[in-house]
Amino acid sequence: MGSVSVAAEGSRGLLRRPTANTGFWSWFTTVDHKKIGIMYGVSSFVFLLVGGSEALLIRAQLAKPNGTVLSAAQYNELFTMHGLTMVFLVVMPMSAAFFNYLLPLMIGARDVAFPRLNAFSFWLFLFGGLFLYSSFLLGGAPNGGWFGYPPNSVTDPSVGMTFYALGLLITGIASTVGAVNLGVTIINMRAPGMTMFRMPVFVWMGLVVQLLLVFSLPIITVALFELLFDRRFGTHFFDPVVGGDPILWQHLFWLFGHPEVYILILPAFGIISEIIPVFSRKPLFGYQFVVFSGIAIGFIGFGVWAHHMFAVGLGPVANTAFGISTSIIAIPTGVKIFNWMATMHGGDIRFKTPMLFSIGTVTMFIIGGLSGVMHSVVPADYQQTDTYFIVAHFHYVLFGGAIFGLFAGAYFWWPKVFGRLLSEPLGKVHFWIMLIGFNLAFAPMHLLGLQGMIRRAYTYPETLGLGFWNFVSTIGAFTIAISMLVFIANVIKTQRRPQGVEADPWDARTLEWITSSPPAVHNFDEIPIVHSLDEFWHRKYAEDKSGKLVPVQAGGADHGGEVSHEGGGHGIHLPGPSYWPILVSFGFPLIGYGVIFDWWMAFVGTAIILFGFYGWALEPSAE
Amino acid sequence: MRKKLRLVLGLVALALLVACAPNATQDSLKPQGPYADKIHELFIPVVWIAAIVFVIVEGGIVLILLKYRHRKGQERMPAQTHGNTRLEIGWTILPSLVLAVLAVFTVQGIWDLASDPPANAMNVTVTGQQFWWKFEYTDADMQTAAGEPLTTANDLVIPTGRTVYLSVESHSNGSGFEVIHSFWVPELAGKQDAVPGRTNHILLEADHPGTYTGQCAELCGLSHANMRFQVIALAPADYDAWVDGQLGDAVTPGPGTQAEAGMNLFLNPLPNGNGSCVACHSIQGTSAAGVGGPDLTHFASRDCFAGCLFDTSDPEAIAEWLRDPAAVKPGAVMPNYHLSDGEIEQIVAYLQSLE
Repeated sequence: MGSVSVAAEGSRGLLRRPTANTGFWSWFTTVDHKKIGIMYGVSSFVFLLVGGSEALLIRAQLAKPNGTVLSAAQYNELFTMHGLTMVFLVVMPMSAAFFNYLLPLMIGARDVAFPRLNAFSFWLFLFGGLFLYSSFLLGGAPNGGWFGYPPNSVTDPSVGMTFYALGLLITGIASTVGAVNLGVTIINMRAPGMTMFRMPVFVWMGLVVQLLLVFSLPIITVALFELLFDRRFGTHFFDPVVGGDPILWQHLFWLFGHPEVYILILPAFGIISEIIPVFSRKPLFGYQFVVFSGIAIGFIGFGVWAHHMFAVGLGPVANTAFGISTSIIAIPTGVKIFNWMATMHGGDIRFKTPMLFSIGTVTMFIIGGLSGVMHSVVPADYQQTDTYFIVAHFHYVLFGGAIFGLFAGAYFWWPKVFGRLLSEPLGKVHFWIMLIGFNLAFAPMHLLGLQGMIRRAYTYPETLGLGFWNFVSTIGAFTIAISMLVFIANVIKTQRRPQGVEADPWDARTLEWITSSPPAVHNFDEIPIVHSLDEFWHRKYAEDKSGKLVPVQAGGADHGGEVSHEGGGHGIHLPGPSYWPILVSFGFPLIGYGVIFDWWMAFVGTAIILFGFYGWALEPSAE
Repeated sequence: MRKKLRLVLGLVALALLVACAPNATQDSLKPQGPYADKIHELFIPVVWIAAIVFVIVEGGIVLILLKYRHRKGQERMPAQTHGNTRLEIGWTILPSLVLAVLAVFTVQGIWDLASDPPANAMNVTVTGQQFWWKFEYTDADMQTAAGEPLTTANDLVIPTGRTVYLSVESHSNGSGFEVIHSFWVPELAGKQDAVPGRTNHILLEADHPGTYTGQCAELCGLSHANMRFQVIALAPADYDAWVDGQLGDAVTPGPGTQAEAGMNLFLNPLPNGNGSCVACHSIQGTSAAGVGGPDLTHFASRDCFAGCLFDTSDPEAIAEWLRDPAAVKPGAVMPNYHLSDGEIEQIVAYLQSLE
């Protein structure tokens, strides 16, 4: 551990510890949670554009019956990569961006618990994503769906599903490491007075998500290794002819895959639970209920996986059990929605862009939630499963819910991260175009599915009578693309302006707004002492006996501005940058290529990893 | 106001949507038999409940947003309510009750659809293969002269008013890969996956004569989208006549016809040395006894072939298929035998003679 101001003079070791905190190369060695958060955000946004472009190609192909834009082979690659990209390379890492940047600030910490591990998580995610995408150039992208059901995913002769297994294993390591790191940070690094029930809801949802990751990723890891071994080493885990079982994969995949849905949506729930109170100028209604419902969703989320498998033939007992457990999960989800409504009720609601996106999240998620309840009506699901009704449902959850929520967060915390407010008019244009495009694209899919349009079909005949709504849906998809261009224009315009936003532009409630925007590298000059939920708000306002707000006079609060002086006067200790995380991460995709193509690459990769971990362990302190 | 306007516009759009919904022909919203009806009768009330919840909750949000929006020039500090336990317990319990009621009907529906078939039900084994469907009528009175079960491909012919108990399986029979498929005829029943190594069951029945299209609903490879089939329901008398026709051997073409030349090509190793049709296809009453591909005994009596991509009555379509199967149906397992145009013409004539 070294002081930021002290150069690493006299350090010994194979590689000297890098010291630069600014400049282009500092991004490759940084262990600052804020810089890593920004890198997560930028990378996942680029992947969003890539995955969105894939969606546009898919929609172009389906705009008319008997489309000729894509071949069957290209279509299968593109819908598979679209799903993999949006789940593993967009929503998960974009949530990680917010968690990385904000969790330490919100709990009053200087960084995460294991800063170098944090950098390692990021680089491993990025290299895992690039590894997956390199498959397009190296023999064919994954083409068996993000769900990768064997035997199809095993028997397919192209190399794509081997990339799938290895790519997801690599990003899985990244997520596991990140989850441990952030979980430990939340539990151990809170500022004095920041008890668990003074943590912002976003931090709570962060904790739930990290626990979900830690417990669900090992399951998919097992499944992916089995798939890899079946494909590469001739094992028969999923081959019924010699005693394997293809249904084994489905259980393992969805036992991961359903908690994964909550991994994707709970961060957005956390984000809007912070934003709605700020723009309603009221505390979150029923904080404990919202927290406990989030925890309940996380727990129950492990008990509903077979609702993806109602048509598999598990039998009426299993279908009954999982139908009921699925409907139960609607209860805590409904609680959250009612609590957000009650938060806005009686408020002084300001329709700033972050608030618009938050309201969009709530209203669109309700639609996805209601269609979700329909799936718990098992016989109805016999008709709906594997149709566009499901596609509509989970896009209302993961786009209408998660992506809208993440954009709400982007507009809300942009001034905190970059010191500039995104343009409000452009933000509102972005919101309305995206909302309209989203509904044009996905609402018709409900009807298409009920009218017999199956998923994962590269074409459909004219006789099915599905052309009209498919065309509408395609128009909607391109409308969403326009809204993305508006967002990019907004970012470019905003970033050209000089910095200079006040520390607290929204009159916000939580600790990250106490410090400057953007925060200094050490986050807080002095660690704040926390006395209540919404600590920052209570330093600005007091409530009189009738619950009315009264602004606190500057310096007049009984505990306003109080800070911790532990370690005071000895300088602020921050971890120094390091080469090792990026180097170690680089070894993993090499192992992947080795497994697919030639073993020598795997040996090189292993050597890099071993060498890197030794270097990492023995890295000298910069002090 | 904008939000309200949006709601009104949305409702108008919804009305339009229902009004000008095009004539979908594979529509789960138009059930045509008792088993599809059961699902539909469960689904429609659920849609109504969902619609009511939607209007209440979304409407509530819109009202809150309108009533409590910040108005210019008005500085108001709202009362700081932190929660209300009684209220929150209330909106935990209320949805639970609604869901509990739904669950009762759900469980009833599950067990109803999983019940044993009625005594007069007929048995058919459905086998999903890459990328077509085989139907074997396994009842004792449905055996051909050779003692084989009546077998068709892509066309499942059933009598109206009688339950069909389907055994759903997936096999490769040596051609293509053994993968998961899913059997789905939206107008007659829900889905049932065809899983390698398992035999699943589903019931279906048609009320009226007609053709009900269906298709594979689980990704099974390149031509997943082209793995279609149809259920043809006939009035009982028509059905009996159909069975009689199907149980007979294939017709032998007259001497000296194109069709006879086609038969000779079909039954013998191909002159160009690329293999033979009988390696995979069987035709009852001839020496053709291959099992990998569809049984072609009464090919011309069917409506469609190759996963219902093409009409059997269209000689051009059959010719295109024979010229290069994978060119017209991606991933088709049947190889390109590099037949000459003349040979193709002869085989087309033979296939079209197989009434």
